[in-house]
Amino acid sequence: MNESERDAFDQALDTRVIQGRSLWVDAWHRLLKNRAALASLLVLVVMVALVIIGPMMSDWDHEIPDWDNYSTPPSLETGHLFGTDALGRDLFVRTLIGGRISLLVGIVATLVSLLIGISYGAIAGYFGGRVDNLMMRFVDGIYAMPFMFFVIVLMVIFGRNIFLIFVAIGAVNWLDMARIVRGQTLSLKNKPFVEAARACGATEMQIIRRHIVPNLLGVVIVYVTLTIPQVILIESFLSFLGLGVQEPLTSWGALVNEGAQELETAPWSLLFPAGFLAATLFAFNFLGDGLRDALDPKDRV
Amino acid sequence: MLNYSLKRLASAIPTLFLLITFAFFLIRIAPGGPFDGERALPPDIEANLAAKYHLDEPLPMQYLRYLWQIVRLDFGPSFHYLDWTVNDLIAQGAPVSFTLGGLALLLALAIGIPIGAWAALRQNRPGDYAVMSIAMVGISIPNFVVAPLLILLFAISLGWLPAGGWEFSPSRMVLPVITLALPMIAYIARITRGSMIEVLRSSFIRTARAKGLPEKEILFNHALKPALLPVISYLGPAAAGILTGSVVVERIFTIPGIGSYFVQGALNRDYTLVMGVVILYGILIILFNYLVDLIYAWLDPRIRYDDQEAGA
Amino acid sequence: MALLEVRDLSVSFSTPDGVVHAVNGLSFDLEPGETLGLVGESGSGKTQTALALMGLLADNGRASGSVKFRDQELLGMSSRELTRVRGSKISMIFQDPISSLNPYLSIGDQLIEVLTHHRSLKRKAARERAVEMLERVRIGDPLARMRQFPHELSGGMCQRIMIAMGLLCQPDLLIADEPTTALDVTVQSQINALMGELSEKSSTAILLITHDLGVVAGLCDRVMVMYAGQEMEMAPVVTLFAEPAHPYTEGLLNSVPRLDRARSGILNAIPGNPPNLLQVPAGCPFSARCRHAWEACRERPAFAEVGPDHYKRCHLERLPEAPPET
Ligand SMILES: Nc1ncnc2c1ncn2[C@@H]1O[C@H](COP(=O)(O)OP(=O)(O)OP(=O)(O)O)[C@@H](O)[C@H]1O
Ligand code: SF4
Ligand SMILES: [Mg+2]
Repeated sequence: MNESERDAFDQALDTRVIQGRSLWVDAWHRLLKNRAALASLLVLVVMVALVIIGPMMSDWDHEIPDWDNYSTPPSLETGHLFGTDALGRDLFVRTLIGGRISLLVGIVATLVSLLIGISYGAIAGYFGGRVDNLMMRFVDGIYAMPFMFFVIVLMVIFGRNIFLIFVAIGAVNWLDMARIVRGQTLSLKNKPFVEAARACGATEMQIIRRHIVPNLLGVVIVYVTLTIPQVILIESFLSFLGLGVQEPLTSWGALVNEGAQELETAPWSLLFPAGFLAATLFAFNFLGDGLRDALDPKDRV
Repeated sequence: MLNYSLKRLASAIPTLFLLITFAFFLIRIAPGGPFDGERALPPDIEANLAAKYHLDEPLPMQYLRYLWQIVRLDFGPSFHYLDWTVNDLIAQGAPVSFTLGGLALLLALAIGIPIGAWAALRQNRPGDYAVMSIAMVGISIPNFVVAPLLILLFAISLGWLPAGGWEFSPSRMVLPVITLALPMIAYIARITRGSMIEVLRSSFIRTARAKGLPEKEILFNHALKPALLPVISYLGPAAAGILTGSVVVERIFTIPGIGSYFVQGALNRDYTLVMGVVILYGILIILFNYLVDLIYAWLDPRIRYDDQEAGA
Repeated sequence: MALLEVRDLSVSFSTPDGVVHAVNGLSFDLEPGETLGLVGESGSGKTQTALALMGLLADNGRASGSVKFRDQELLGMSSRELTRVRGSKISMIFQDPISSLNPYLSIGDQLIEVLTHHRSLKRKAARERAVEMLERVRIGDPLARMRQFPHELSGGMCQRIMIAMGLLCQPDLLIADEPTTALDVTVQSQINALMGELSEKSSTAILLITHDLGVVAGLCDRVMVMYAGQEMEMAPVVTLFAEPAHPYTEGLLNSVPRLDRARSGILNAIPGNPPNLLQVPAGCPFSARCRHAWEACRERPAFAEVGPDHYKRCHLERLPEAPPET
């Protein structure tokens, strides 16, 4: 648990001891000591398994109403573990199906933003100079804009379709990655070991694969872990406003929106999807924090 | 300082320009004209409307016209509420939204900073862990979940506060302001804690201790200012976060602010209204960031100095 | 009565890899007005010794033993009592002067607060005193300096300011931890000259931590040589340079470039590395690197008197003649 304490010691200690161990082994040891991060990892694994397998195990379908049970509270007798909504649909299945969409959006949109961010940042960093300057000014410019609103505008203009959600969120969320990758590329470009590799006749591809990618991997992992919850949040925000996924699909945000409207009569229809959503975001954030501490002990806020 | 502020202002202008250009072309590439929708209009009326809104002119002309319009802060007519201009709608909603947002920001600073500093002084002790875990919960629970829960608890179960509706009265502001402030409190607490820990480890704090100053004096005279600089930097994103949050909060608490107009506009495909709000928010955020930079420079003597160097 | 009596001082740090024993049973006295040099390789525990005296160890550090200042025990003193000693009776200046000053406060504010706090002076009186002190450490245009911020000044200037700050309350003891290491060579000699002036003119005792034996020769009355957190040799300066009695001291002296050596330019650095402080060896800590080591060195030697005011921790009767240089 004493992550930061440990970090402080490590810094104060003779650095030779630390450099002896490999970065990854060391990071792994730090992570294993961070019980909150490990618990979060467990929560996420269980969550993914549940979301995939759960709906298959259930007797109910997320669209077909149970004509005998409208807005019934959770109970074992009716077989509706999380109760039903105002249309008589089983909330357990709906929550898990919604979770599939939310997690899927989170992962796919993150990958989109990763792709854009890495290409953009690598190009800027690789060329450097004026190109870099211009490209980064553009990024700074977009940074200053209310990007959530642009997502909404994109949704409004191009219609509400799930693929668009991936792209729209990914398209506005790549800025951080671009900055990170650019910085890393710039600093790596002129490192002695890259020069040395080049002098030894390594091709650009080999250099990128052997030197640049491994160095970037750590930041990318942390970035992905912290971006997925952001994206899930944006999607559920859109769905909550009625601008995200549309019926018959659903997501945690859409379910929370429905639940909020039945707050007085059927609070469970809010609490279950909200709980799943919050637990997932919480676990991702904690894991991301833990990974960051583990991989880069100096940069811990 | 004056030099610096002018330079910063100059660098804000391209950003504004980018924003407006982006907005203009987004509207233009939107499929379908603004007037086709549920009500199909006869062709001659549509032509009239197009002429009225200059949609028949060449694109560069329209672009320049749009720029000039925005420079005068004229967002044009609403495409949905035909009798209203976007400016009218904004003028109605702005006081409400800005009151809520401003109060939330103040509340977040007033609570987040002391909590963060407190946790930093108890680094890695139970109190610190407790506070930081709660902060993580605050960050992880979206405001559209928090708001219904607050309503469920304080309005429906306890009946202490109204669940929604609007007038300028404290009882109607409490829940919306708290909802807006909660995630920011959490962020500010985390930022303050992190930077405070960093500052307390620095050599100049050791010097202050070696000088025999009491811990309290060290905290307030030596550590607080540098520890707050990251919080100041966060204010820019925080303002953007409040604007986003207001969309949700105004909808849940049925508050007639810009946020709810925005959502209505989005659902109605009211392009001008939506764009007007986006541009207004963009301008606000850019201005706010500018202001934050000035405060930062005023607090950090090194930035002022660099500027003198460069200016001389 | 000695000004400072350090007895059996130990400093240890608890770390995930084990306990780091940075200082191990150190004892020494410091007389009023005296300048004591503290030398030793990097990591020998000089800084931690000084920080322990000031009660400024890192959070994971613990000091044991006894440190008596004017018969008052400093170890275990409450932080409230400590604030009355620090900065007023004992001051300390650090290695890196620029980062030791608060970048967000003007030089004036940082000087004035010492006086308003310890001497309860009004700001105006405190300002006058501060300006006077800046003049004493030879800072030109002190009024302008008072308004400036640390980053606007050079490292040497900042170190002068740190010294002035340390002297504001006319302390009995000034601890200077490598005050010139971070500075340019020309500035180093200026600061050293200033320190020399201080040690002569004022009644303030100085504990001078340094790597530079030349500085020790010029400034100090007595020297203590440290290794692995223990005292290896202690002697008046002249004695130490003329008749070093410990192989480690000899090694340090040999590693100093000297013009009078036949083959100038060749440095004889001591081979090997200091021991791992996670596990301080039971016998003589220097034995792994000592070229005179023999069986007896498996026992820890006592810190024994070998001449007037001259002590060493070594089993050798006397140091053999140095072998011919290669
Ligand atoms: N907070 C800490 N935690 C663990 N070990 C520490 C800590 N602070 C110092 N040490 C260790 O204590 C030992 C003594 O350090 P010290 O700073 O006293 O050396 P020094 O003689 O001043 O060296 P230098 O000449 O490099 O300044 C070092 O090995 C150092 O790694
Ligand atoms: S005791 Fe032995 S090992 Fe230690 S310094 Fe003396 S001779 Fe060398
Ligand atoms: Mg040191």
